[in-house]
Amino acid sequence: MANVRITGLHKRFPGGVVAVRGVDLDIPDKQFTVLVGPSGCGKSTLLRTIAGLEEASEGTIEIGGEVVNDFRPRDRDVAMVFQDYALYPHMSVANNIGFGLKARKMPKAEVDARVAEAARMLGITPLLARYPRQLSGGQRQRVAIGRAIVRSPRVFLFDEPLSNLDAQLRDEMRGEIKRLHQKIATTMIYVTHDQIEAMTLADKIVLMRDGVIEQQGAPLELFERPRTRFVAGFLGSPAMNFLRATLEGSGQELAVRCGEAVLRIPAARADGLAARTGQEVVFGVRPEHISRAHGPARAGLVPLDVTIDLIQPTGSRTYATFLLAGTEVMAELQAHDVEGPGERLQLHVDMNRAVLIDPETELVL
Amino acid sequence: MAVARRRRPLRPATVARIAFVGFWLLFLLIPLYWMFITSIKPSSDYLAVPPIWFPDEPTLLHYTAALYAYRGLDGLINSLIIATSATILSAFFGTLMAYSLARFNTGGQHLSFWVLSQRFLPPIAVVLPIFLIYRVLRLNDTHAGLIIAYTVFTLPVSVWMMFAYFRQMPGSLEEAALVDGCTRWQSFWRVAVPLAVPGIVAAAVFAFIACWTEFFFALILTSRNAFTLPTVFRAFLGFQGALYGEASALAIVSLVPSIALGILVQKHLVRGLTLGAVRG
Repeated sequence: MANVRITGLHKRFPGGVVAVRGVDLDIPDKQFTVLVGPSGCGKSTLLRTIAGLEEASEGTIEIGGEVVNDFRPRDRDVAMVFQDYALYPHMSVANNIGFGLKARKMPKAEVDARVAEAARMLGITPLLARYPRQLSGGQRQRVAIGRAIVRSPRVFLFDEPLSNLDAQLRDEMRGEIKRLHQKIATTMIYVTHDQIEAMTLADKIVLMRDGVIEQQGAPLELFERPRTRFVAGFLGSPAMNFLRATLEGSGQELAVRCGEAVLRIPAARADGLAARTGQEVVFGVRPEHISRAHGPARAGLVPLDVTIDLIQPTGSRTYATFLLAGTEVMAELQAHDVEGPGERLQLHVDMNRAVLIDPETELVL
Repeated sequence: MAVARRRRPLRPATVARIAFVGFWLLFLLIPLYWMFITSIKPSSDYLAVPPIWFPDEPTLLHYTAALYAYRGLDGLINSLIIATSATILSAFFGTLMAYSLARFNTGGQHLSFWVLSQRFLPPIAVVLPIFLIYRVLRLNDTHAGLIIAYTVFTLPVSVWMMFAYFRQMPGSLEEAALVDGCTRWQSFWRVAVPLAVPGIVAAAVFAFIACWTEFFFALILTSRNAFTLPTVFRAFLGFQGALYGEASALAIVSLVPSIALGILVQKHLVRGLTLGAVRG
């Protein structure tokens, strides 16, 4: 059990590709930290550098207070679960799980006991004599996890472990990984490009983009208080709507104008915005913060009359798309709030939850 | 429910396919058959007109003559020693080098191309220098001399076959082994090599066949001691005509190891194919 501290990390590949450019990161002990970002953002490289599979070009990596830059992967006391599971095809499940222990010259009796315990924990005891090719995707995933937990490492590393599974199995395994973390309470670092995995699993999310950390914090903190347009757009499904708008008014009486529509900003959120009146801003609002108007608006809810253009029912919710100032906007409505395209509706936009973004710097105001 | 199954009439395409395969088999097998039959024919029947398809009095005389009088047996033993040793060495060094090229990109693209370029030289360009070097090193007409030469000349193909094999092997397996607790060397021996067995076997078969059938180097670099099987055949083309029976007998003998190797290896190749199918 250990924390991981990364200081000033750069990773340049031969040929000039820079995957990680200046990452400082504290990964707390026993917490579940998720590195998330679009493909090519450097999250996997960062994980592989922690594992020792890539060498840091610059900067230090500490595990449990010890600088491990010059340690071989085997000496770092970490375990890793790979995207393609990387099970050894020529070994049985039991040998796959016990391989690392044997390579470390652990007595056979103890290896067997530990393998049995790990298999029991993951419910794969009946599979121990099989070979990887005889397993389903979910079973392979469990074996890969078994191979990691059997060694009781200080840190677990997961490199997109669920991306090869079908949707239903992925949800199931996601729950199991979270339960596993609750049970064994070890530092876990998990890489994914899937923001839902990130939100559901993480104690702490580290959102990366182009080799740098865009924002880090608790999942809800990132979700509710994104620092940049990228963070606001990356987290949440369906994604946040972004509209070009102008800031109007003066003092505490501010509003956002998108074409014909004028959306009043609650006084509590108007601080510091007055200086920007007359300027262009990007107005961002999540689909779930636009709802069907039932009765008078509560504080902060602003009415908006729209013509529905497209509806996509999902069963529990219905996604309704309409045009506002030439931009498509999606609202997440209750299942029976809307009948079909062409319908005129009054919606409420929750201005307490909406964000304004500087179009130049892309920072949330 | 019982449904009477009628035999479908053969379609013309099927007939054509069977005929084609039949002719092809004849084309391949008749020379082999003729070689075998010649090896047990009395000398007078070799060139008889009309041809004799099976001799009335089969004989093993040609075999004893080829193996003992013409020292075919010594050649066979030499060939086995030399080809086997060179094959093992070639597979061993080829595997090491190919792994290095594939995983660490050793020497950039130039080194891997240089390896292949060794095959651009016609053998005749190197055989005389080798002969002169060997004379100084006292390697002429020794097993070691031919083993070294054959190892060197089969290496490029071994390296390239293995290179391709390691290239398509997912690196994550060895990475998993590294994180699990292996050194680089252990991850190579305990994960990469076992998985590369089909590739190693295929490369070894190529190397063995190349060594087994090689004539030119053996002719120049050996004489009375370390001569190999192919060089023995020279003796059968004499001033007094060709010894077809002895030549055929020795050719049949020389086929035996190749066929045995083929049977042995087939199992490995097939097993290797199923082993490889573990992804996703």
